[in-house]
Amino acid sequence: MLSQIIEEWPRFATYYNLVFIAKAALTTLALSALGCVVGSLLGLVLAVTRLTHGPALLPLRLLAIGFTELFRRVPFLVTLMLCFFAFQATGADVPLFVVAAVTVTLIAGAFLGEIVRGGLNAVHRNQWEAAAAMNFSLTETIRYVALPQAWRLILPPAFGFFVMFIKDTALASQIGVVELTFVGKVLNNKGFSAALSFGAILIVYFAISYPLARFGARLEARLAPSRHRGA
Amino acid sequence: MHHLDIAGLDAHYGKLPVLSGIDLTVGRGDIIGLIGPSGSGKSTILRVLMGLLPPSGGAVKLDGEPVNYADQAALRRLRDRIAIVFQQYNLFQNMTVLENVTIAPVKIRKRPRAEVEAEARALLAKVGLGDKLTRYPDELSGGQQQRVAIARALALKPEILLLDEVTAALDPELVSEVLDTIRVLAREGMTMLIVSHEMAFIREVASKVVFMADGRVVETGSPAQIFDAPQHQRTRDFVSKILRH
Amino acid sequence: MSYTLQYGQIWPYLPRLFDGAWIALQIAVLAFCGGLAIGTACAAVKSFGPRWLSRIVNLYVVFFTNTPQLVQIYFLYFALPDMGVLLSSYAAVLIGMTLNAGAYLTEIQRAGFESRRVSEMEAAEVLGFSRLQQIRYVILPHMARVLFPPLSNHFIIMTLGTSMAAVFGVEELTGQAFNINSQTFRSIEIFSVTALFYVALTLAASVLLAAIGRYAFRARTGLI
Repeated sequence: MLSQIIEEWPRFATYYNLVFIAKAALTTLALSALGCVVGSLLGLVLAVTRLTHGPALLPLRLLAIGFTELFRRVPFLVTLMLCFFAFQATGADVPLFVVAAVTVTLIAGAFLGEIVRGGLNAVHRNQWEAAAAMNFSLTETIRYVALPQAWRLILPPAFGFFVMFIKDTALASQIGVVELTFVGKVLNNKGFSAALSFGAILIVYFAISYPLARFGARLEARLAPSRHRGA
Repeated sequence: MHHLDIAGLDAHYGKLPVLSGIDLTVGRGDIIGLIGPSGSGKSTILRVLMGLLPPSGGAVKLDGEPVNYADQAALRRLRDRIAIVFQQYNLFQNMTVLENVTIAPVKIRKRPRAEVEAEARALLAKVGLGDKLTRYPDELSGGQQQRVAIARALALKPEILLLDEVTAALDPELVSEVLDTIRVLAREGMTMLIVSHEMAFIREVASKVVFMADGRVVETGSPAQIFDAPQHQRTRDFVSKILRH
Repeated sequence: MSYTLQYGQIWPYLPRLFDGAWIALQIAVLAFCGGLAIGTACAAVKSFGPRWLSRIVNLYVVFFTNTPQLVQIYFLYFALPDMGVLLSSYAAVLIGMTLNAGAYLTEIQRAGFESRRVSEMEAAEVLGFSRLQQIRYVILPHMARVLFPPLSNHFIIMTLGTSMAAVFGVEELTGQAFNINSQTFRSIEIFSVTALFYVALTLAASVLLAAIGRYAFRARTGLI
């Protein structure tokens, strides 16, 4: 295997191929980042919806619970295919990247919604009561009191999801998004050995994921001790 | 007309009744001392008045106007006029002392920041914390935090102030600084409902004392009546036990 | 929108989805058990083993947890034949998922190993428990309690992960969905029903695991 790779290497390590891989790596990163940023906004909306009370908003709460349970319990590939065919059915000409980004957003929204909810629930009950007694609405309480205290608990696991999605988005190759895994298949089809094509792609994934995972661990350690102050 | 009129007020935690048929009238400028054993429901009255626990029966009138606690708009109007200070201070941990005092007037009531800040500084100076404006709650002692909480409640310019065992969580040497602050307010004629275990203090400042047990009002009277000549056996037992130590 | 949903057309194919769900569960259970064995061994090495060996384990864990499972299986499936090892798609998926699970479960189990409470062991020693009795009555029950919730959680993640076997033509749940789709072209219908199958499958697993955890290990798991 090794001798074969050494023999293939000069043909493989061309400027064109390297740019091809680098662009794909950016697509992978963008897919995960975009999905997680929009997903965390969606997650915030879901979490806040579940914190409301009163019978009037019950249907909305049930919808939020249903959404969360559904997208946490359906595999990435199946959600991806559903999005793909749903966009196709509308007849709109939507780029494949958008289809994959919407998939990541839906799933990230469901998972991050639970993380945000956990963070908000960790804010002491007496903070909510003080705010209520001073006429803060639910959204005002979350904006001025709860989120400024909870973000330290929310950010590390949310970042963890971002790193996880870098790997999960490999499945976007199945609908033809030109991200890292797709490029691995293309290189393999061009005649490079599978060991070299997929080996190179694995190394690129590792080079992206490992430093980010380490950064995430450092982030968690730094934010953990003091839960009080916001600024 | 009474400032606050409570009639037949009931409340439940789940199925458990915690207040039964509470009647209480509060005149303008009255200082009501609520006393009684733990779990007698005295703090619960304040929570129900504030709308933090919905009443299950009875009526509350503010200046003769009935309050509908199920109506959000009515609840907001009520909370514009009544403020509460909690046993555990409940200061916002993510804000400085000054921010704690100014946040509600500025962000919720939309008053001009400069004006609110000037008032907040004056209030904090009045409670003896003029030099702690930029500190965070966890950098202050319990007594200091409680005085910030009082300043925060006063910044809302309430007509009625509810004080829920505000010295119960404090170390003994910090109690007097908080009580001194309340004494000043009492002299200024603010209507107050004070839940406290500090009997000497209640006796000193209260215009009317309410003794409660098991979610009911047992006896109401002037401090002298309740402490020196209680009518009911339960009141006598409680007062003698408290005064003995 | 020109697409009309016609669920009627896919009902005859439902039994195939049940077959697929069974295979998915099979893969998940086998890979989980294999991963558990690897994970236990590796976690023991990391906690008690020699430094050089624990470095190698570390390399394995760090590599497998920082690359996509899909590409790991691609590598096994397409690169190993060049070296004379021919794997069926089912075997490639199973081995890939097992190795992947082994890496994640090493991390989870090591946290369990580290959570042994010294005070409890000292108490047992004072009470005259032998080393073996300490392990039997103190260490193992405690570890089971601590480890059960995160292990259950990972099993659910793996059940969802089996879906990528479809990429390699394994006829598990998602694989069957692709087959039925190519015969009926009722794409949204078939994939939405498949989605519900996964929801039902993981909900059933969650409920079962939570019950086992509560009664067998007194582990407090909410529904995962």
